[in-house]
Amino acid sequence: MKTRARWGKRATFIVGITLAFAYVFPFFLVFVNSFKLKYDILDNPLAIPLQITWENFQQAYTKMNFFRSLTNSIIITFFSVSLLIIFSSMLAYYLARTKTKLSKYIFLILVASMIVPFQALMIPFMARFAQFVSWNNRGALIFFYIGFGVALSTFLYHGFISNIPTEIDEAASIDGASDMVAFWRIIFPMMRPVTATVAIINALWIWNDFLLPRLVLTNETQTLPLSTYLFYGQYSIEYGQAMAGLVLAVIPIVIFYLILQKQFISGISAGAVK
Amino acid sequence: MKFAGIPLAIFSIVLVVPFVNGAYYTFTDWDGFETTKLVGFSNYAKSFQDPTFWSTLRFTALFVIVSLILVNAVAFGLALIVTSQLRSKNFLRTFFFVPNLVGGVVLGVIWQFIFNSALVALANKYNWELFKQSWLQDTNKAFWALIIVTVWQSSGYMMIVYITGLVSIETDVLEASQIDGASPLRTLFTIKIPLMAQAFTIALFLTLRGGFMAYDVNVALTGGGPFRTTELISLHIFQDAFANGNFGTGQSKAVIMFLIVALAALVQVSVSKRYEVQR
Repeated sequence: MKTRARWGKRATFIVGITLAFAYVFPFFLVFVNSFKLKYDILDNPLAIPLQITWENFQQAYTKMNFFRSLTNSIIITFFSVSLLIIFSSMLAYYLARTKTKLSKYIFLILVASMIVPFQALMIPFMARFAQFVSWNNRGALIFFYIGFGVALSTFLYHGFISNIPTEIDEAASIDGASDMVAFWRIIFPMMRPVTATVAIINALWIWNDFLLPRLVLTNETQTLPLSTYLFYGQYSIEYGQAMAGLVLAVIPIVIFYLILQKQFISGISAGAVK
Repeated sequence: MKFAGIPLAIFSIVLVVPFVNGAYYTFTDWDGFETTKLVGFSNYAKSFQDPTFWSTLRFTALFVIVSLILVNAVAFGLALIVTSQLRSKNFLRTFFFVPNLVGGVVLGVIWQFIFNSALVALANKYNWELFKQSWLQDTNKAFWALIIVTVWQSSGYMMIVYITGLVSIETDVLEASQIDGASPLRTLFTIKIPLMAQAFTIALFLTLRGGFMAYDVNVALTGGGPFRTTELISLHIFQDAFANGNFGTGQSKAVIMFLIVALAALVQVSVSKRYEVQR
């Protein structure tokens, strides 16, 4: 029995390691080839580069306007996520604490809306908002992300607030705190775990989104996925540069992940059970 | 809390209005700018007369079914590995999740390089028949390429959902089954899976929805090629409306897509809810 269990464990380990290797292999391949010259890549994509060239990175950095797209991605993600946290936590508080028919229906509509695919809206969407988009497309995009993200975020907050006893609110209002003060000073700080979940789930989605930015953004306001896609389309024949571009596109989020790994995993699992 | 009105207003402007608007447009002669008259169901009739729409629907259905099965099977397997007693489990979990951090477009482009260039170069060097011609130039192989990338990308996320389900099972139940002499396999099928059925409901719902909405990987990996044979429904609608300017049929197809997704999700959730055990 004991030896069987040990063999089972060993087999699991081997399968696990093999799979883990397979999961990161594509990234490894891109990374290795980003330091090579075009000829070496075609000769053997698996070989470790003997001569390291930084030329690819320099080219990719300028051609895909890396710094500009990174800044755009950061600005858009930061403002969308922060505003989503502020708005959806307040909305969830309102919906969870007012027990009226209206608040119940609003909540139901929010939940039901999560099943609507963006594709079902995008055509009238673009016709209707063309003007707004041409006036300030980054602002428009942030506005849209709030609209699309508010349902899930509110839903997550709602589940948490329902478990906070109303006595806390009452105690605050007896002490003379207004609704707003009670919420921001007492309730909101209690919700830190959900806030982390909301922040991570929305940040991942917004950071990586492609379809909406593709419809909305201009050249100057491109986000990282968009500029990577366009750059690759244009320079895919220059393999080395294309690979360097991909490395640049992947690095920021991977670094972020390695720093906040625990929060990522627990945030996503908390969001998933709901 | 009058401030709760702001997110509700944004939600209505961004989601509700275009949704109602879009449904209305499908019954008019809308050309992207203006409408002059109602045309009844003719946009829907035209959509269903379009043979490429039918082939897209078939292709999408196949994609959704195959990816649903494979993503969940792989994700559940990964979850079992990282909840076992391995010392390296946290390390493995980190690796499995990495593809999920990166957007579908970048992943699609990475695999485009692998299928179009890396594998072809290696196949020519070492004489591997299977990869000598790029998989993306053949409809059937391109389908499997899409599946491979999708499984690779989404299984890490669904793994987390399954981990959450697995660790929520009370240890005393598991100990009891061990004392009763149940084999690990038996425990898995008669104790663990029924007790974590909720995780399956969620993961199946997410993969179903994700499969229908898949766009990024499709665009970046195959671009719908060869000859529009690997277009999933999202890309098909995008092309119809924004590349060919058929706003009426494009929007009708989008409404059809919404109805299919809503119906499929409803059926799936109500069926899997029946397997959930009350605790």
